[in-house]
Amino acid sequence: MDFNDNQKEADFRVKVREFLDKNAKKRASSKSTSANAAAPETLRGKEAQIKALQDAKIWQAKKAEAGFAGILWPKEFGGLGGTPIEQVIYQQEELNYFVHSGYFEIGIGMLGPTMMVWGKDEDKVKYLPKMLNGEEIWCQLFSEPSAGSDLAGIKMKAEKDGDEWVLNGQKVWTSGAHFADYGMIVARSDPSALKHKGLTYFFLDMKTPGIEVKPIEQISGSSNFNEVFFNDVRIPDSQRLGNEGDGWKVSLTTLMNERLAVGDPAGLDFDEIFEITRDLEVEDGLAINNSEVRQKMADWYVQSRGLKYTKYRSITALSKGQTPGPELSISKLVTASKMQDVSSYALDLMDMGGYVLDEQNAILNNVFQNGLLFSTAMRIAGGTDEVLRNIIAERVLGLPQDTREDKIKPFNELPSGK
Amino acid sequence: MNFDFSDDQKLLQEQARKFLTDKCSRKLVRSVLDNNNNQYSKELWQQVVDMGWTATAIPEEYGGLGLGMLELCVIAEELGRSLAPIPFSSSIYIFAEFLKAYGSDEQKKQYLPKIASGEFIGSFAFPETKGSPRANNLNSKVENNKLSGKKLPVSDGQVADVLIVAANSDNNQNHNSLSLYIVETNQDGVKEKLLDTLDPTRPSSEIEFNDASCSPLGEKGEGWSMIENILNRAAVLFAFEQVGGAQVALDEAKKYSIERYAFGKPIGSFQALKHKMADMYVKNELAKSNAYYGAWALSTDSMELPVAAAGARVSATDAFHYASKENIQIHGGVGFTWEYDCHLFYRRSKLLSLNLGSIRKWKENLISNLEKRNIT
Ligand SMILES: Cc1cc2nc3c(=O)[nH]c(=O)nc-3n(C[C@H](O)[C@H](O)[C@H](O)COP(=O)(O)OP(=O)(O)OC[C@H]3O[C@@H](n4cnc5c(N)ncnc54)[C@H](O)[C@@H]3O)c2cc1C
Repeated sequence: MDFNDNQKEADFRVKVREFLDKNAKKRASSKSTSANAAAPETLRGKEAQIKALQDAKIWQAKKAEAGFAGILWPKEFGGLGGTPIEQVIYQQEELNYFVHSGYFEIGIGMLGPTMMVWGKDEDKVKYLPKMLNGEEIWCQLFSEPSAGSDLAGIKMKAEKDGDEWVLNGQKVWTSGAHFADYGMIVARSDPSALKHKGLTYFFLDMKTPGIEVKPIEQISGSSNFNEVFFNDVRIPDSQRLGNEGDGWKVSLTTLMNERLAVGDPAGLDFDEIFEITRDLEVEDGLAINNSEVRQKMADWYVQSRGLKYTKYRSITALSKGQTPGPELSISKLVTASKMQDVSSYALDLMDMGGYVLDEQNAILNNVFQNGLLFSTAMRIAGGTDEVLRNIIAERVLGLPQDTREDKIKPFNELPSGK
Repeated sequence: MNFDFSDDQKLLQEQARKFLTDKCSRKLVRSVLDNNNNQYSKELWQQVVDMGWTATAIPEEYGGLGLGMLELCVIAEELGRSLAPIPFSSSIYIFAEFLKAYGSDEQKKQYLPKIASGEFIGSFAFPETKGSPRANNLNSKVENNKLSGKKLPVSDGQVADVLIVAANSDNNQNHNSLSLYIVETNQDGVKEKLLDTLDPTRPSSEIEFNDASCSPLGEKGEGWSMIENILNRAAVLFAFEQVGGAQVALDEAKKYSIERYAFGKPIGSFQALKHKMADMYVKNELAKSNAYYGAWALSTDSMELPVAAAGARVSATDAFHYASKENIQIHGGVGFTWEYDCHLFYRRSKLLSLNLGSIRKWKENLISNLEKRNIT
């Protein structure tokens, strides 16, 4: 056992560092500093958000030019044609710098790979390089008011009209729709078919007439996701991915990549709360000297490091050219709740001052206050805690599925509630 | 990065699993559980010795195989899975490690070959009271090279041929008074009495010393720090036993939940149970990863050992406790019977979690070692 790079990995790491040193600003070594830099998702105010997006686009262009934007992407679309382990090395190194690529993750991580599998060659050449270098941003139009966890339950109507499709209905929670240039969408083309059989998948220009994007104000007060309304939106049949009725299959390609794409969010972990317990006082002195505090800290430490070493196990499998086991399926489930618990406990330690949110007055700026709010989204987005437990139980442990009526009856005969 | 066991070590694991599936049946475990005089399985012990497991991490010059601690971790996980009713941890993870770390050349020559060959079983006599061992409640004492006092509980005390005993070497009974001694049990001044404990498959004793002959191990007055070091090393190995036990508890819960029907379906299709088992899986994976890190620190004699060992210990204790208690819950009424095996895991889980000190103590160790690391 060792934690060293092999020669090829070490060479790659050197190249990555050279690139980052030359083009980005390094963070101070303390991990808490990384938590200080609020993710753009939590920025409030329109101007701050526009500026953050511009900066990110400039950075993404540089990254793409150097080949690091799409390490796993094939060279023909501007990628590096690299290995998963190289991707991991890049991510590890980039964490040490003040840069943000969150805007492009859904496209590069999920939607691009979907187009690679299901798209036509001319479309791949036309769209993928610009997706990679940040020139064009893509969003994922999946969830609807009546279908989130149960994605196959969507109702968005897709009706064929000659060489075109006409879309009517509503999407919701669409991250980035307010600045996205393109989107990928799944819609119901045959309501009388079985639920999973009547879907068709498309990509579209967000400027197509009939699309209306309305930002939704979030818990945190900022707006990163949206309602998107479709009113007789006409798109050519050439923008269909996969056959008519194969939308579920195509969606699975997107969702399979989701787990790989959703990385660990920076900051807010054991290290941040450990830092403040050495400053804050409780009834019997410094928080870190209080035995209840110490017991809780130990729990979070073993969760945090347990996840880190779990990742190391997967990386080891990757670097040996093997497929990692299912162990990483625990990652978001553990991370999200840990973040919520750590945040909440940190505020308890701050006691009466704990609910102050403004950056100047809150401890460690306001990472814990923001963490309290943001962690709630983490437990929902990209598969809720409950759905992730179902997945572990059924796909990893092989426990029986529940009996499901929605698999045997046509969609338009299924009950639907709120 | 190579955060995995080697192919040879994996082969060893495969062999060990096959061997124990064959030789350490539940029937054998129960033969020790059901018979109060059967304090361990002599039959299994002899076979384990013949496999060379007791010699694994003992240097060749002292009659061992000279393999590393990683091999021992692999074996530990398998012993944990099979609930092996043998004094392996006392003799190998603890006694042999004390000798390897602090024994004089002469002491090593005297004991390690016998431990490696299984001729001697060793153990460690530390606590004396119902609570946690502390300077002010350890009364055993050595005067003129004679040991007197009473130790309780001592794991495998009734079958041990030789013990490491923690006793005061002066009258102050403070932090610098504690020293370690090697004591052979086959002498007039040593009396053992078997205790009733939560897990009769791994019995413990009360041992009384009356002017027993003993020889000092390591530096006088350094008892606490030597104990801390060896318990850290043992904690990693215990963590592997716990991880092994937790995995089997999950496997058995899963198997039962697929076979047992209620309300017209397998109980394993009820989400409340599925989510419990998903949580078991999460805890088990975290524990396994933390144990791997402990194995790395142990095998490289890293400065990280105190933190890595405590992390492995806390995580594995939590995982095994959860898996063993929820395994009973998933079994319903039969889970509470002597006949079903659930209780074997529940008992073993609590025993392993207390043997080296409770989880709350190890959480405290973890944080205080993190604080130390932060200062340096
Ligand atoms: C910050 C954020 C960004 C997002 N970005 C996007 C995006 O870009 N594109 C997009 O398409 N969507 C996006 N989503 C939507 C997200 O995928 C859904 O919110 C999520 O899948 C849950 O669906 P829902 O909100 O409809 O909740 P529901 O599915 O209605 O769930 C409500 C509750 O019921 C539980 N539940 C549901 N089914 C089960 C079950 N089978 N077993 C047990 N419990 C169950 C859930 O766990 C939850 O607790 C985003 C969400 C968030 C919070």
